[in-house]
Amino acid sequence: MECDEKSVIYMDNNATTKVSPEVVDAMMPFLTGCYGNPSSMHNFGGQVGLAVKEARRKIASLIGADTEEIIFTSCGTESDSTAILSALQAFPDKRHIVTTRVEHPAVKNLCENLDTLTGHKHRITKLKVGDDGRLDLDEYRDALSEDTAIVSVMWANNETGVIFPIAEMARMAKDRGILFHTDAVQAVGKIPVNLKELDVDFLSMSGHKLHAPKGVGVLYIRRGTPFVPFLTGGHQEGGRRGGTENVASIVGLGKACEIAERSIEIENTRVAELRDKLEEGLLTTIPKARLNGHKMERLPNTTNISFEFVEGEAILLHMNEFNICASSGSACTSGSLEPSHVLRAMGVPFTAAHGSIRFSLSVYNTEQEIDFVLEKMPNIISSLRELSPFWQEA
Amino acid sequence: MWEYTDKVQQHFLHPLNVGEIENPEGTGEVGSLACGDALKLTLRINEDEVITDAKFKTFGCASAIASSSVLTELIKGMKVSDAAKVTNEDIAEALGGLPKEKMHCSVMGREALEAAIADYRGVILPMAEGEVVCECFGVTDLEVIRAVKESDLKSVEEITNFTKAGGGCGKCEDKLRELLREAHSGTGIAEMIKPVEKQAKMTVLQKIKKIEEVLEREVKPALRKDGGDIELVDVDGDFVMVSLRGSCKSCAKSQMTLKEYVEKKLREQVLETLIVEEAK
Repeated sequence: MECDEKSVIYMDNNATTKVSPEVVDAMMPFLTGCYGNPSSMHNFGGQVGLAVKEARRKIASLIGADTEEIIFTSCGTESDSTAILSALQAFPDKRHIVTTRVEHPAVKNLCENLDTLTGHKHRITKLKVGDDGRLDLDEYRDALSEDTAIVSVMWANNETGVIFPIAEMARMAKDRGILFHTDAVQAVGKIPVNLKELDVDFLSMSGHKLHAPKGVGVLYIRRGTPFVPFLTGGHQEGGRRGGTENVASIVGLGKACEIAERSIEIENTRVAELRDKLEEGLLTTIPKARLNGHKMERLPNTTNISFEFVEGEAILLHMNEFNICASSGSACTSGSLEPSHVLRAMGVPFTAAHGSIRFSLSVYNTEQEIDFVLEKMPNIISSLRELSPFWQEA
Repeated sequence: MWEYTDKVQQHFLHPLNVGEIENPEGTGEVGSLACGDALKLTLRINEDEVITDAKFKTFGCASAIASSSVLTELIKGMKVSDAAKVTNEDIAEALGGLPKEKMHCSVMGREALEAAIADYRGVILPMAEGEVVCECFGVTDLEVIRAVKESDLKSVEEITNFTKAGGGCGKCEDKLRELLREAHSGTGIAEMIKPVEKQAKMTVLQKIKKIEEVLEREVKPALRKDGGDIELVDVDGDFVMVSLRGSCKSCAKSQMTLKEYVEKKLREQVLETLIVEEAK
């Protein structure tokens, strides 16, 4: 199958990212001649094991961890489940979890299904967010209890890009002797993450969000943290996660992290500027458009905008005609019948939630692409508004 | 991610009959911004009761827009009495089919048409008499029953696909199941739709008592007729340990008795996961 990558204007990087050509090159030997099993005795496998070790070192370096604190998983979702279920098993008397109302389904649905999964009753506190998507630290402080097994709060929100005060929240949890997990899937590679300076116990990472392939994730487990494996089986990952390593993707992820150490600067300058230009342009040229999420405390690549009186899927399909790729928080695109739980938690009215579009950029986007999108969007929105029974021409 | 037919794409990208008729003979407005779907249909009807023109305005996804567009094309030139017979299936068919999760968009088209015709005739919609069962999406029991009957729906999931009911908080699921049975009753399909019986978890004591009851009442008398007997030895989880006595003990068919008769009876009357074994 061939995909016409050249003609696509890809602005959906929070959904997934392009695998860097350098990463592909780094992976190729492990998809061709270097196919040994890293656990094997013979050199043919052993040398592959060294490549995995080197990748682990690069990943640890990016996030300020020690190599022994890194285990490889299949994805961010597996890392999330591993951390939370481990805490519950390590402290079987504690049945309380503190999380937020805007977590990714990987955390949200896990917490909601814990009772059925484990056969025990749990208490889940979901911290509220304000209309700018931020948390209330007093509410958080009051929620922590003797019964709390773990706190799980995402570092940066996938829909709005809003960043949570992880350093402070982790410290507050530590002061109470409570484990702290953060789903940092959207943050790693976009903003600096330095675990040496934080009291975070568990951190989830996902390869395909930072230009590595899909199918590989990382769970950081702070040295000394009580840990119960999720996937048991072989002795891989020091007995912490069974299963033959996804060698090629792990090596790819290592390369991607090496590149990210250099490109984080670019994300926060050039890419942020492109995002700002896009956002500014859309908000000024299109009437009745509003930004969802805090303007300052958010990822440099994300903008989530609601266009009132029109619907998200319809907008995306018109954009699709111009090969512009983005995503939406509308009900029709969510797979269920309800609009994004994140926007609803922020109190975004239904009238706006259904017409929300998320643009998430990367280092691969250009200014010409931004200009093209700014050229096409006003027409798309106005032609859909002409169809809408709610839009009255001023 | 939805697989849309060429016709849906065509009607979505280049919709027909967009707008509002001035001083229309009939207006139908359904849905809302909150729902994520809304349609305003206006009709021009002449003295011969023929719909000479129809226009629409829609807030919604590609399926909603396409459904509205194709609907107006279908009814233009129809007599009102014929238009009243147009169903959501007709709309979906005219589009070459819709993904099942989007069928409710075609239902919305039909509802707008109905509302417009009722407006023209000056009558209150019979559907308006219904009682809301799904609070998230404001769906009434009459709407659910009609969808079930007309589109031959066989599950709560299908009801959600066609009406959105049950797609939000899920609290109305039991009521929907009830309506599903009601709608099908009398056609024999009611047999197939069994309510999900939430088996209350029995304590071990309750389980033992029930097992003893069934053994006393039914199993023992039957075995005793043939000179045999049975005794309950122990209950461990789903395992029921029994001891066969009298002629049963030496009977070649004892295993068959245990499984085909005793286990079957206990599964029927106590708990369907029980396993009967002979105590060693």
